[in-house]
Amino acid sequence: MGKVLKSGVTIKGTKDGLLFLLDDTRPFETIFQELKYKLEKSPGNLWNGPDTHVLIRIGKRQITREEESRLRKLISTHKNLIVHSIEAEGRPYLKDVNSGIQMLAGTVRSGQVLEHRGDLLLLGDVNPGGCVRATGSIFILGALRGLAHAGGEGDDQAIIAASQFRPTQLRIANVVSRPPDEWEEVDSEGMNFAYLINDQIAVDKMHQLPRFRPDLEWKDSRFKG
Amino acid sequence: MGEAIVVTSGKGGVGKSTTSANIGTALAMSGKRVCLVDTDIGLRNLDVLMGLENRIVFDLVDVVEKKCKIQQALIKDKRCEALYLLPAAQTKDKAAVSSAQLRWLVNELKEQFDYILIDCPAGIEKGFQTAVSGADKAIVVTTPENAAIRDADRVIGLLEKERTGLPKLIVNRLRTQMVKEGGMMDVDEVVNVLAVDLLGVVPDDEEVIRSGNQGEPIVLHNRGLAAKAYRNIARRIQGEVVPLLVLEKEKKLMSRMKRWLGFA
Repeated sequence: MGKVLKSGVTIKGTKDGLLFLLDDTRPFETIFQELKYKLEKSPGNLWNGPDTHVLIRIGKRQITREEESRLRKLISTHKNLIVHSIEAEGRPYLKDVNSGIQMLAGTVRSGQVLEHRGDLLLLGDVNPGGCVRATGSIFILGALRGLAHAGGEGDDQAIIAASQFRPTQLRIANVVSRPPDEWEEVDSEGMNFAYLINDQIAVDKMHQLPRFRPDLEWKDSRFKG
Repeated sequence: MGEAIVVTSGKGGVGKSTTSANIGTALAMSGKRVCLVDTDIGLRNLDVLMGLENRIVFDLVDVVEKKCKIQQALIKDKRCEALYLLPAAQTKDKAAVSSAQLRWLVNELKEQFDYILIDCPAGIEKGFQTAVSGADKAIVVTTPENAAIRDADRVIGLLEKERTGLPKLIVNRLRTQMVKEGGMMDVDEVVNVLAVDLLGVVPDDEEVIRSGNQGEPIVLHNRGLAAKAYRNIARRIQGEVVPLLVLEKEKKLMSRMKRWLGFA
């Protein structure tokens, strides 16, 4: 006989309503199926009482918007259950909150990896052997001497910019490029950025960015004053 | 209470042991009680550089295994009043000493000494971690070469997480002539990349190797720039503010002579 697994979904009654504890060590799908089973297969009258608030605690896990709506939909199959809130331990429960750009300071040294969800503004250097990875774009106020990987989950619109552009390797989405044989030696003067064009990484001066990303362009309003 | 300083580098052969020997000797010469601890178990060589090889009876491993007292294993230097060496074992390997054991040892030594210099083995594995765990402060030695700087950078990254905090940097074996010709990175570039405080710059000097072979740290007798650089580093460790050495002495003399003769 196998090990008896602790239930992945624990349901507790509190004075404010029901508390759903979802174990964060198991995959979301497993938990979801277990919850579904519990909601469907429990004695019918259990879920048909008066309106009850539901608080869902997902532990250290973070879930995507899609997973959240599946959860809410599943629970709302019982009309009397009202999802009051979803909570994760010590951080936002949503995985991909696009909270604008995040700013971090410090040096990324050889052997260190800075991973980030969303756009990243790094105040400091990335040294040779160091690595910065973000799902969005990477902007470095400092020297980029190591590896930078933007659009880590396939965003081919992501760019990499640095005050001092001396990377050992660049990656955007699934494209890898290493200087200087793949793109011309860039001027170290001024700010440069790398972007993806025709499945290749190109590097250009910062003031060229609006040409490649018109949606980012800032325009002076003609109807001022 | 003394202070324990670990001398480390990541890469081998950049001059950790030479630096430890010279800084330790220089500190002792200025009247401090100093103990050098060689943690490079299995590949010890601090004793050779100090010329104390033939006096080893007990070693670091004997001490932590309580086979002898600390006092029995300490070797008193012949030339300096308050300079002692605790040699590493040559027959064992790095696993023979644990972090807890080294911490205990260093704490015992702190009672007797002003400075405990821990000479760290190359690499970032067990031996490095053990050596670092006993230290209050750290010095990273590097040469102005890409490979050495890469390793120093890695070590600095590891030290940031330790009790020692950000280490101080010594740039070793700088060749002014090569820097001028563009064949070697200059000190500013090195400091820029590593982003830590500079403790000193030691010029490349054959004399260092020669004196090392004789088992006489160069700071003992030599009046050359390298010896002076080591002495300055020792003074900075003691909290003095000492300006960096001008490493282009000959050039200066030449230009001064030129000026006398009215050429420049």
